Amino acid sequence: MTDARAIAEETARASYGRLLAWLSSRSRDVAAAEDALGDAFRAALETWPKTGAPTSPEAWLLTAARRKLIDGARRKNTRVLSTPALTLAAEEAEAAMRADKPFPDERLKLLFICAHPAIDAAIRTPLMLQTVLGLDAARIASAFLVSPRAMSARLVRAKRKIKVAAIPFDAPGGQDLASRLPAVLEAIYAAFGAGWDHETGAEADHHHLTGEALYLASLLTELLPGEAECWGLFSLMLHAQARKDARREDGAYIPLSDHNIARWDKKMIAHGEAALAHAWRLCQPGPYQIEAAIQSAHAAARLHGRDVSDDIVMLYRQLSELAPTIGAYVGYAGALAAAARAGEALDLLDSLEAARVENYQAYWAVRAHILDLLARKQDALGAYERAIGLSQDEATRRYLMQKKTARGIPRDR
Amino acid sequence: MKYVFLLYDDENAWDTMEDAKRNDIFGAYMAYTGALRNSGVHISGEPLTHSREGKRVRTGGVQDGPFADGKEQLGGFYLVEVKDLDEALDWAARCPCASFGHVEVRPIWNIGD
Repeated sequence: MTDARAIAEETARASYGRLLAWLSSRSRDVAAAEDALGDAFRAALETWPKTGAPTSPEAWLLTAARRKLIDGARRKNTRVLSTPALTLAAEEAEAAMRADKPFPDERLKLLFICAHPAIDAAIRTPLMLQTVLGLDAARIASAFLVSPRAMSARLVRAKRKIKVAAIPFDAPGGQDLASRLPAVLEAIYAAFGAGWDHETGAEADHHHLTGEALYLASLLTELLPGEAECWGLFSLMLHAQARKDARREDGAYIPLSDHNIARWDKKMIAHGEAALAHAWRLCQPGPYQIEAAIQSAHAAARLHGRDVSDDIVMLYRQLSELAPTIGAYVGYAGALAAAARAGEALDLLDSLEAARVENYQAYWAVRAHILDLLARKQDALGAYERAIGLSQDEATRRYLMQKKTARGIPRDR
Repeated sequence: MKYVFLLYDDENAWDTMEDAKRNDIFGAYMAYTGALRNSGVHISGEPLTHSREGKRVRTGGVQDGPFADGKEQLGGFYLVEVKDLDEALDWAARCPCASFGHVEVRPIWNIGD
Protein backbone atom coordinates (compact mmCIF):
# COMPACT_ATOMS: atom_id res chain seq x y z
CA MET A 1 0.00 0.00 0.00
CA THR A 2 2.93 2.31 -0.56
CA ASP A 3 0.91 3.61 -3.52
CA ALA A 4 -1.36 5.38 -1.10
CA ARG A 5 1.68 7.06 0.42
CA ALA A 6 2.85 8.08 -3.05
CA ILE A 7 -0.61 9.49 -3.80
CA ALA A 8 -0.57 11.37 -0.50
CA GLU A 9 2.82 12.83 -1.34
CA GLU A 10 1.85 13.67 -4.90
CA THR A 11 -1.35 15.29 -3.67
CA ALA A 12 0.70 17.22 -1.16
CA ARG A 13 2.80 18.73 -3.92
CA ALA A 14 -0.04 19.49 -6.28
CA SER A 15 -2.75 20.37 -3.80
CA TYR A 16 -1.08 21.78 -0.75
CA GLY A 17 -0.73 25.25 -2.23
CA ARG A 18 -4.22 25.19 -3.76
CA LEU A 19 -5.86 24.21 -0.50
CA LEU A 20 -3.80 26.65 1.52
CA ALA A 21 -4.50 29.46 -0.96
CA TRP A 22 -8.22 28.82 -0.74
CA LEU A 23 -8.33 28.56 3.06
CA SER A 24 -6.02 31.43 3.85
CA SER A 25 -7.43 33.86 1.32
CA ARG A 26 -10.77 33.51 3.10
CA SER A 27 -9.64 33.34 6.70
CA ARG A 28 -6.70 35.73 6.18
CA ASP A 29 -4.83 33.57 8.63
CA VAL A 30 -2.05 31.69 6.88
CA ALA A 31 -0.63 30.15 10.06
CA ALA A 32 -3.98 28.73 11.22
CA ALA A 33 -4.71 27.38 7.74
CA GLU A 34 -1.28 25.73 7.69
CA ASP A 35 -1.89 24.09 11.05
CA ALA A 36 -5.23 22.70 9.91
CA LEU A 37 -3.86 21.43 6.62
CA GLY A 38 -0.76 20.00 8.26
CA ASP A 39 -2.99 17.93 10.54
CA ALA A 40 -5.08 16.80 7.57
CA PHE A 41 -2.02 15.68 5.59
CA ARG A 42 -0.67 13.80 8.61
CA ALA A 43 -4.03 12.05 8.96
CA ALA A 44 -3.94 11.19 5.24
CA LEU A 45 -0.51 9.61 5.55
CA GLU A 46 -1.78 7.47 8.42
CA THR A 47 -5.13 6.54 6.92
CA TRP A 48 -4.64 6.16 3.17
CA PRO A 49 -2.07 3.36 3.27
CA LYS A 50 -4.63 1.33 5.28
CA THR A 51 -7.86 2.26 3.50
CA GLY A 52 -6.57 3.15 0.05
CA ALA A 53 -6.53 6.63 -1.39
CA PRO A 54 -9.91 8.36 -1.69
CA THR A 55 -11.33 9.21 -5.09
CA SER A 56 -11.12 12.90 -4.37
CA PRO A 57 -8.01 13.43 -2.24
CA GLU A 58 -8.53 17.18 -2.02
CA ALA A 59 -12.10 16.85 -0.72
CA TRP A 60 -10.92 14.29 1.83
CA LEU A 61 -8.18 16.65 3.01
CA LEU A 62 -10.56 19.58 3.30
CA THR A 63 -13.06 17.55 5.29
CA ALA A 64 -10.28 16.38 7.59
CA ALA A 65 -8.98 19.93 7.96
CA ARG A 66 -12.46 21.21 8.80
CA ARG A 67 -12.97 18.50 11.39
CA LYS A 68 -9.62 19.35 12.99
CA LEU A 69 -10.60 23.01 13.07
CA ILE A 70 -13.88 22.34 14.80
CA ASP A 71 -12.20 19.97 17.28
CA GLY A 72 -9.53 22.55 17.91
CA ALA A 73 -12.07 25.31 18.49
CA ARG A 74 -13.96 23.12 20.99
CA ARG A 75 -10.82 22.16 22.87
CA LYS A 76 -9.22 25.53 23.06
CA ASN A 77 -10.12 29.01 22.03
CA THR A 78 -6.67 30.14 21.05
CA ARG A 79 -7.48 30.81 17.42
CA VAL A 80 -10.98 31.95 18.15
CA LEU A 81 -11.08 34.64 15.50
CA SER A 82 -9.83 32.70 12.52
CA THR A 83 -11.37 29.32 13.18
CA PRO A 84 -14.95 30.11 12.12
CA ALA A 85 -13.68 31.79 8.97
CA LEU A 86 -11.49 28.79 8.20
CA THR A 87 -14.27 26.32 8.85
CA LEU A 88 -16.54 28.31 6.57
CA ALA A 89 -13.87 28.39 3.87
CA ALA A 90 -13.44 24.63 4.10
CA GLU A 91 -17.21 24.09 3.80
CA GLU A 92 -17.38 26.39 0.83
CA ALA A 93 -14.53 24.54 -0.87
CA GLU A 94 -16.19 21.18 -0.25
CA ALA A 95 -19.38 22.51 -1.79
CA ALA A 96 -17.43 23.79 -4.77
CA MET A 97 -15.97 20.33 -5.28
CA ARG A 98 -19.32 18.59 -4.95
CA ALA A 99 -20.52 20.79 -7.81
CA ASP A 100 -18.14 18.72 -9.95
CA LYS A 101 -16.09 21.70 -10.99
CA PRO A 102 -12.32 21.56 -10.85
CA PHE A 103 -11.02 22.89 -7.58
CA PRO A 104 -10.31 26.61 -8.04
CA ASP A 105 -6.64 27.48 -8.18
CA GLU A 106 -5.93 30.62 -6.21
CA ARG A 107 -2.22 30.08 -5.80
CA LEU A 108 -1.54 33.26 -7.76
CA LYS A 109 -2.94 35.23 -4.83
CA LEU A 110 -0.60 33.36 -2.54
CA LEU A 111 2.41 34.07 -4.75
CA PHE A 112 1.59 37.77 -4.79
CA ILE A 113 0.96 38.02 -1.08
CA CYS A 114 4.32 36.37 -0.36
CA ALA A 115 6.08 38.96 -2.54
CA HIS A 116 3.97 41.87 -1.28
CA PRO A 117 5.90 45.15 -0.76
CA ALA A 118 4.94 45.08 2.93
CA ILE A 119 6.78 41.77 3.39
CA ASP A 120 10.53 41.99 3.97
CA ALA A 121 12.31 41.08 0.72
CA ALA A 122 14.57 38.55 2.46
CA ILE A 123 11.66 36.43 3.68
CA ARG A 124 9.58 36.42 0.46
CA THR A 125 11.22 33.34 -1.05
CA PRO A 126 11.08 31.25 2.15
CA LEU A 127 7.44 32.27 2.62
CA MET A 128 6.61 31.16 -0.91
CA LEU A 129 8.34 27.83 -0.47
CA GLN A 130 6.48 27.19 2.73
CA THR A 131 3.01 28.31 1.75
CA VAL A 132 2.81 27.25 -1.89
CA LEU A 133 4.85 24.05 -1.62
CA GLY A 134 4.56 23.19 2.06
CA LEU A 135 8.32 22.88 2.67
CA ASP A 136 9.37 22.85 6.29
CA ALA A 137 11.39 25.65 7.83
CA ALA A 138 14.45 23.48 8.49
CA ARG A 139 14.82 22.51 4.84
CA ILE A 140 14.37 26.13 3.71
CA ALA A 141 16.84 27.32 6.35
CA SER A 142 19.57 24.98 5.13
CA ALA A 143 19.39 26.46 1.64
CA PHE A 144 19.58 30.05 2.85
CA LEU A 145 22.36 29.74 5.42
CA VAL A 146 20.06 30.68 8.28
CA SER A 147 19.57 28.62 11.42
CA PRO A 148 16.33 26.59 11.44
CA ARG A 149 15.10 28.33 14.57
CA ALA A 150 15.74 31.79 13.13
CA MET A 151 14.02 30.81 9.87
CA SER A 152 10.95 29.54 11.75
CA ALA A 153 10.76 32.76 13.74
CA ARG A 154 11.04 34.90 10.59
CA LEU A 155 8.32 32.92 8.85
CA VAL A 156 6.02 33.22 11.85
CA ARG A 157 6.61 36.99 11.93
CA ALA A 158 5.85 37.34 8.22
CA LYS A 159 2.58 35.41 8.54
CA ARG A 160 1.57 37.47 11.55
CA LYS A 161 2.25 40.59 9.50
CA ILE A 162 -0.07 39.39 6.73
CA LYS A 163 -2.79 38.88 9.31
CA VAL A 164 -2.28 42.00 11.43
CA ALA A 165 -1.68 44.38 8.53
CA ALA A 166 -4.64 42.74 6.72
CA ILE A 167 -2.63 42.53 3.50
CA PRO A 168 -5.28 41.79 0.87
CA PHE A 169 -5.32 38.40 -0.84
CA ASP A 170 -5.73 39.39 -4.43
CA ALA A 171 -4.06 38.87 -7.77
CA PRO A 172 -3.24 42.32 -9.12
CA GLY A 173 -4.22 43.33 -12.63
CA GLY A 174 -3.25 46.03 -15.10
CA GLN A 175 -0.65 48.52 -13.93
CA ASP A 176 -0.47 46.84 -10.52
CA LEU A 177 0.49 43.55 -12.11
CA ALA A 178 3.37 45.16 -13.99
CA SER A 179 4.71 46.76 -10.84
CA ARG A 180 4.32 43.75 -8.58
CA LEU A 181 5.26 40.87 -10.86
CA PRO A 182 9.04 41.55 -10.68
CA ALA A 183 9.03 40.82 -6.92
CA VAL A 184 7.33 37.45 -7.54
CA LEU A 185 9.83 36.56 -10.29
CA GLU A 186 12.73 37.63 -8.12
CA ALA A 187 11.56 35.51 -5.20
CA ILE A 188 11.22 32.43 -7.42
CA TYR A 189 14.64 33.03 -8.95
CA ALA A 190 16.13 33.40 -5.47
CA ALA A 191 14.84 29.92 -4.62
CA PHE A 192 16.63 28.63 -7.70
CA GLY A 193 19.86 30.35 -6.78
CA ALA A 194 19.85 29.41 -3.10
CA GLY A 195 22.75 27.13 -2.40
CA TRP A 196 23.55 26.95 -6.12
CA ASP A 197 27.26 27.19 -5.38
CA HIS A 198 27.30 24.13 -3.20
CA GLU A 199 28.32 20.71 -4.31
CA THR A 200 26.16 18.72 -6.71
CA GLY A 201 24.89 15.20 -6.22
CA ALA A 202 21.96 13.52 -4.58
CA GLU A 203 22.46 15.19 -1.24
CA ALA A 204 22.83 18.56 -2.89
CA ASP A 205 19.58 18.07 -4.80
CA HIS A 206 17.87 17.94 -1.48
CA HIS A 207 19.94 20.82 -0.19
CA HIS A 208 19.17 22.92 -3.24
CA LEU A 209 15.70 24.06 -4.02
CA THR A 210 16.15 24.00 -7.79
CA GLY A 211 13.39 21.45 -8.36
CA GLU A 212 11.00 23.44 -6.19
CA ALA A 213 11.94 26.68 -7.95
CA LEU A 214 11.38 25.12 -11.38
CA TYR A 215 7.97 23.96 -10.23
CA LEU A 216 7.08 27.48 -9.10
CA ALA A 217 8.32 29.03 -12.36
CA SER A 218 6.38 26.50 -14.38
CA LEU A 219 3.30 27.14 -12.26
CA LEU A 220 3.62 30.88 -12.85
CA THR A 221 3.63 30.38 -16.63
CA GLU A 222 0.37 28.45 -16.24
CA LEU A 223 -1.20 31.08 -14.02
CA LEU A 224 -0.01 34.10 -16.05
CA PRO A 225 0.52 32.74 -19.58
CA GLY A 226 0.33 36.22 -21.12
CA GLU A 227 3.33 37.58 -19.22
CA ALA A 228 6.52 37.18 -21.24
CA GLU A 229 8.84 37.55 -18.26
CA CYS A 230 7.31 34.48 -16.60
CA TRP A 231 8.35 32.46 -19.67
CA GLY A 232 11.73 34.20 -19.69
CA LEU A 233 12.42 33.19 -16.10
CA PHE A 234 11.28 29.62 -16.75
CA SER A 235 13.51 29.40 -19.83
CA LEU A 236 16.52 30.79 -17.95
CA MET A 237 16.08 28.23 -15.20
CA LEU A 238 15.65 25.33 -17.64
CA HIS A 239 18.86 26.26 -19.46
CA ALA A 240 20.81 26.43 -16.20
CA GLN A 241 19.34 23.20 -14.89
CA ALA A 242 20.05 21.37 -18.16
CA ARG A 243 23.80 21.84 -17.59
CA LYS A 244 23.74 20.70 -13.99
CA ASP A 245 25.55 17.39 -14.49
CA ALA A 246 28.34 18.95 -16.57
CA ARG A 247 29.15 21.63 -14.04
CA ARG A 248 31.14 19.27 -11.84
CA GLU A 249 33.27 16.24 -12.62
CA ASP A 250 34.64 14.15 -9.76
CA GLY A 251 33.94 17.05 -7.45
CA ALA A 252 35.95 19.50 -9.57
CA TYR A 253 34.43 22.68 -10.95
CA ILE A 254 34.19 22.73 -14.76
CA PRO A 255 33.74 26.09 -16.52
CA LEU A 256 31.08 26.32 -19.23
CA SER A 257 33.65 26.36 -22.05
CA ASP A 258 34.97 22.97 -20.89
CA HIS A 259 31.63 21.27 -20.23
CA ASN A 260 31.30 17.78 -21.63
CA ILE A 261 28.12 18.48 -23.59
CA ALA A 262 27.23 14.80 -23.63
CA ARG A 263 26.24 15.46 -20.02
CA TRP A 264 23.82 18.23 -20.93
CA ASP A 265 20.13 17.45 -20.80
CA LYS A 266 19.19 18.17 -24.42
CA LYS A 267 15.49 17.67 -23.85
CA MET A 268 15.51 20.28 -21.13
CA ILE A 269 17.44 22.67 -23.39
CA ALA A 270 14.78 22.23 -26.07
CA HIS A 271 12.14 22.89 -23.45
CA GLY A 272 14.01 26.08 -22.48
CA GLU A 273 14.22 27.17 -26.11
CA ALA A 274 10.48 26.63 -26.57
CA ALA A 275 9.72 28.71 -23.47
CA LEU A 276 11.93 31.52 -24.77
CA ALA A 277 10.31 31.45 -28.22
CA HIS A 278 6.95 31.67 -26.51
CA ALA A 279 8.17 34.70 -24.54
CA TRP A 280 9.43 36.54 -27.64
CA ARG A 281 6.09 36.09 -29.38
CA LEU A 282 4.44 38.12 -26.60
CA CYS A 283 6.61 41.14 -27.53
CA GLN A 284 7.28 42.34 -23.98
CA PRO A 285 11.06 42.47 -23.58
CA GLY A 286 12.47 42.13 -20.08
CA PRO A 287 15.60 41.18 -18.15
CA TYR A 288 14.76 37.51 -17.60
CA GLN A 289 14.21 37.00 -21.31
CA ILE A 290 17.58 38.60 -22.03
CA GLU A 291 19.27 36.39 -19.46
CA ALA A 292 17.57 33.36 -21.01
CA ALA A 293 18.73 34.51 -24.47
CA ILE A 294 22.31 34.69 -23.15
CA GLN A 295 22.08 31.12 -21.90
CA SER A 296 20.48 30.06 -25.16
CA ALA A 297 23.40 31.63 -27.07
CA HIS A 298 25.93 29.80 -24.86
CA ALA A 299 24.13 26.55 -25.59
CA ALA A 300 24.13 27.24 -29.34
CA ALA A 301 27.85 28.04 -29.25
CA ARG A 302 28.72 24.68 -27.76
CA LEU A 303 26.11 22.58 -29.54
CA HIS A 304 26.50 24.05 -33.02
CA GLY A 305 30.02 25.49 -32.84
CA ARG A 306 28.76 28.99 -33.55
CA ASP A 307 30.75 32.10 -32.55
CA VAL A 308 28.28 34.01 -30.42
CA SER A 309 30.65 36.23 -28.44
CA ASP A 310 29.45 39.47 -30.09
CA ASP A 311 25.79 38.51 -29.62
CA ILE A 312 26.43 37.85 -25.95
CA VAL A 313 28.14 41.23 -25.53
CA MET A 314 25.11 42.91 -27.07
CA LEU A 315 22.70 41.00 -24.84
CA TYR A 316 24.67 41.88 -21.70
CA ARG A 317 24.72 45.54 -22.72
CA GLN A 318 20.93 45.45 -23.00
CA LEU A 319 20.66 43.62 -19.70
CA SER A 320 22.85 46.11 -17.83
CA GLU A 321 20.78 48.98 -19.21
CA LEU A 322 17.47 47.34 -18.35
CA ALA A 323 18.52 45.92 -14.97
CA PRO A 324 21.73 47.59 -13.81
CA THR A 325 22.64 45.09 -11.11
CA ILE A 326 26.19 44.35 -10.10
CA GLY A 327 25.76 40.81 -11.45
CA ALA A 328 24.76 42.16 -14.88
CA TYR A 329 27.84 44.41 -15.05
CA VAL A 330 30.16 41.61 -14.04
CA GLY A 331 28.56 39.36 -16.67
CA TYR A 332 28.95 42.13 -19.23
CA ALA A 333 32.65 42.44 -18.39
CA GLY A 334 33.09 38.67 -18.77
CA ALA A 335 31.34 38.80 -22.15
CA LEU A 336 33.60 41.64 -23.35
CA ALA A 337 36.65 39.66 -22.32
CA ALA A 338 35.39 36.61 -24.22
CA ALA A 339 34.98 38.81 -27.31
CA ALA A 340 38.68 39.83 -27.14
CA ARG A 341 37.83 43.21 -25.60
CA ALA A 342 39.59 42.73 -22.27
CA GLY A 343 40.68 46.37 -22.03
CA GLU A 344 37.09 47.61 -22.16
CA ALA A 345 36.11 44.88 -19.74
CA LEU A 346 38.60 46.13 -17.17
CA ASP A 347 37.45 49.74 -17.64
CA LEU A 348 33.91 48.58 -16.94
CA LEU A 349 34.94 46.77 -13.75
CA ASP A 350 36.97 49.80 -12.63
CA SER A 351 33.90 52.00 -13.04
CA LEU A 352 31.89 50.01 -10.46
CA GLU A 353 31.58 51.40 -6.97
CA ALA A 354 34.16 49.76 -4.68
CA ALA A 355 31.75 49.21 -1.79
CA ARG A 356 29.38 47.24 -4.01
CA VAL A 357 32.01 44.80 -5.21
CA GLU A 358 34.37 44.37 -2.28
CA ASN A 359 32.78 41.11 -1.08
CA TYR A 360 31.29 39.94 -4.38
CA GLN A 361 33.15 36.77 -5.28
CA ALA A 362 32.19 36.72 -8.98
CA TYR A 363 33.59 40.22 -9.46
CA TRP A 364 37.04 39.18 -8.25
CA ALA A 365 37.04 35.94 -10.22
CA VAL A 366 36.16 37.76 -13.46
CA ARG A 367 38.61 40.56 -12.67
CA ALA A 368 41.41 38.04 -12.13
CA HIS A 369 40.64 36.39 -15.46
CA ILE A 370 40.64 39.73 -17.30
CA LEU A 371 43.90 40.88 -15.69
CA ASP A 372 45.34 37.55 -16.72
CA LEU A 373 44.34 38.16 -20.34
CA LEU A 374 45.96 41.59 -20.15
CA ALA A 375 49.18 39.97 -18.86
CA ARG A 376 49.04 41.96 -15.62
CA LYS A 377 50.24 39.02 -13.60
CA GLN A 378 50.85 40.72 -10.27
CA ASP A 379 47.39 42.31 -10.25
CA ALA A 380 45.82 39.07 -11.44
CA LEU A 381 47.36 37.18 -8.54
CA GLY A 382 45.90 39.67 -6.07
CA ALA A 383 42.44 39.36 -7.62
CA TYR A 384 42.64 35.55 -7.62
CA GLU A 385 43.60 35.68 -3.97
CA ARG A 386 40.58 37.84 -3.23
CA ALA A 387 38.22 35.56 -5.17
CA ILE A 388 39.59 32.49 -3.39
CA GLY A 389 39.10 34.11 0.00
CA LEU A 390 35.48 34.95 -0.80
CA SER A 391 34.53 31.50 -2.13
CA GLN A 392 32.10 29.43 -0.12
CA ASP A 393 32.36 26.39 -2.31
CA GLU A 394 35.34 24.05 -2.11
CA ALA A 395 35.33 23.13 -5.82
CA THR A 396 35.30 26.78 -6.91
CA ARG A 397 38.07 27.54 -4.44
CA ARG A 398 40.22 24.71 -5.79
CA TYR A 399 39.60 25.74 -9.40
CA LEU A 400 40.69 29.32 -8.70
CA MET A 401 43.74 28.15 -6.75
CA GLN A 402 44.81 26.03 -9.72
CA LYS A 403 44.38 28.97 -12.08
CA LYS A 404 46.36 31.16 -9.72
CA THR A 405 49.18 28.63 -9.42
CA ALA A 406 49.24 28.27 -13.21
CA ARG A 407 50.24 31.94 -13.38
CA GLY A 408 53.52 30.97 -11.73
CA ILE A 409 55.92 33.52 -10.30
CA PRO A 410 55.06 37.01 -11.51
CA ARG A 411 57.80 38.73 -13.46
CA ASP A 412 56.30 41.97 -14.69
CA ARG A 413 56.02 45.15 -12.64
CA MET B 1 28.46 42.94 16.74
CA LYS B 2 31.51 40.87 17.58
CA TYR B 3 31.58 37.15 16.90
CA VAL B 4 34.19 34.50 17.36
CA PHE B 5 34.48 31.70 14.80
CA LEU B 6 35.76 28.53 16.43
CA LEU B 7 37.25 26.23 13.81
CA TYR B 8 36.95 22.51 14.40
CA ASP B 9 38.51 19.84 12.23
CA ASP B 10 40.25 16.49 12.37
CA GLU B 11 43.68 17.57 13.61
CA ASN B 12 45.17 14.12 13.05
CA ALA B 13 44.47 14.42 9.34
CA TRP B 14 47.10 17.17 9.24
CA ASP B 15 49.82 14.74 10.36
CA THR B 16 49.31 12.36 7.46
CA MET B 17 48.42 14.89 4.77
CA GLU B 18 50.57 15.31 1.64
CA ASP B 19 52.54 18.54 1.49
CA ALA B 20 50.78 19.78 -1.64
CA LYS B 21 47.37 19.38 0.01
CA ARG B 22 48.57 21.08 3.18
CA ASN B 23 49.92 24.00 1.14
CA ASP B 24 46.59 24.31 -0.65
CA ILE B 25 44.78 24.56 2.66
CA PHE B 26 47.27 27.12 3.97
CA GLY B 27 46.78 29.08 0.74
CA ALA B 28 43.00 28.97 1.15
CA TYR B 29 43.27 30.23 4.75
CA MET B 30 45.59 33.04 3.71
CA ALA B 31 43.15 34.12 1.02
CA TYR B 32 40.25 33.92 3.47
CA THR B 33 42.09 35.97 6.09
CA GLY B 34 42.94 38.48 3.37
CA ALA B 35 39.28 38.78 2.38
CA LEU B 36 38.27 39.34 6.02
CA ARG B 37 40.94 42.04 6.35
CA ASN B 38 40.05 43.73 3.05
CA SER B 39 36.44 44.09 4.04
CA GLY B 40 37.39 45.48 7.46
CA VAL B 41 35.63 42.84 9.58
CA HIS B 42 38.79 41.09 10.80
CA ILE B 43 39.90 41.79 14.38
CA SER B 44 42.20 38.84 14.98
CA GLY B 45 42.64 35.17 14.32
CA GLU B 46 45.20 32.46 14.96
CA PRO B 47 45.69 28.79 14.19
CA LEU B 48 46.33 26.47 17.15
CA THR B 49 48.90 23.68 17.34
CA HIS B 50 47.82 20.05 17.81
CA SER B 51 45.94 19.44 21.05
CA ARG B 52 48.71 17.05 22.18
CA GLU B 53 50.57 20.23 23.03
CA GLY B 54 47.66 21.55 25.05
CA LYS B 55 47.12 21.40 28.80
CA ARG B 56 43.92 21.44 30.76
CA VAL B 57 44.04 23.08 34.13
CA ARG B 58 41.53 22.82 36.91
CA THR B 59 41.98 23.18 40.63
CA GLY B 60 43.85 20.13 41.77
CA GLY B 61 45.75 19.32 38.63
CA VAL B 62 46.88 19.68 35.06
CA GLN B 63 45.94 17.25 32.27
CA ASP B 64 48.14 16.72 29.21
CA GLY B 65 46.62 16.78 25.73
CA PRO B 66 45.52 15.38 23.37
CA PHE B 67 41.96 15.40 24.65
CA ALA B 68 39.74 12.61 23.47
CA ASP B 69 36.65 14.73 22.85
CA GLY B 70 35.69 13.32 19.49
CA LYS B 71 36.97 13.40 15.94
CA GLU B 72 37.05 17.16 15.48
CA GLN B 73 39.08 19.40 17.76
CA LEU B 74 39.43 23.14 18.11
CA GLY B 75 42.13 24.11 15.64
CA GLY B 76 41.93 27.87 15.38
CA PHE B 77 39.76 30.93 15.70
CA TYR B 78 38.83 34.25 14.16
CA LEU B 79 37.43 37.26 15.96
CA VAL B 80 35.34 39.46 13.65
CA GLU B 81 33.13 42.50 13.88
CA VAL B 82 30.12 42.48 11.55
CA LYS B 83 26.67 44.04 11.22
CA ASP B 84 24.59 41.09 12.37
CA LEU B 85 24.36 37.31 12.65
CA ASP B 86 23.44 36.90 8.97
CA GLU B 87 26.68 38.57 7.93
CA ALA B 88 28.62 36.49 10.47
CA LEU B 89 27.15 33.27 9.03
CA ASP B 90 28.01 34.40 5.49
CA TRP B 91 31.62 34.89 6.46
CA ALA B 92 31.76 31.67 8.44
CA ALA B 93 30.51 29.76 5.38
CA ARG B 94 33.45 31.12 3.39
CA CYS B 95 35.96 29.78 5.91
CA PRO B 96 37.89 26.85 4.37
CA CYS B 97 37.23 24.90 7.56
CA ALA B 98 33.50 24.83 6.73
CA SER B 99 34.32 22.54 3.78
CA PHE B 100 36.12 19.83 5.76
CA GLY B 101 35.28 20.45 9.43
CA HIS B 102 32.86 22.87 10.99
CA VAL B 103 32.82 26.45 12.18
CA GLU B 104 31.05 27.36 15.38
CA VAL B 105 29.84 30.96 15.40
CA ARG B 106 29.48 32.51 18.87
CA PRO B 107 28.49 36.07 19.69
CA ILE B 108 30.82 37.85 22.08
CA TRP B 109 29.07 38.54 25.35
CA ASN B 110 29.39 42.23 26.07
CA ILE B 111 29.04 42.25 29.82
CA GLY B 112 29.57 46.00 29.97
CA ASP B 113 26.61 46.85 27.70
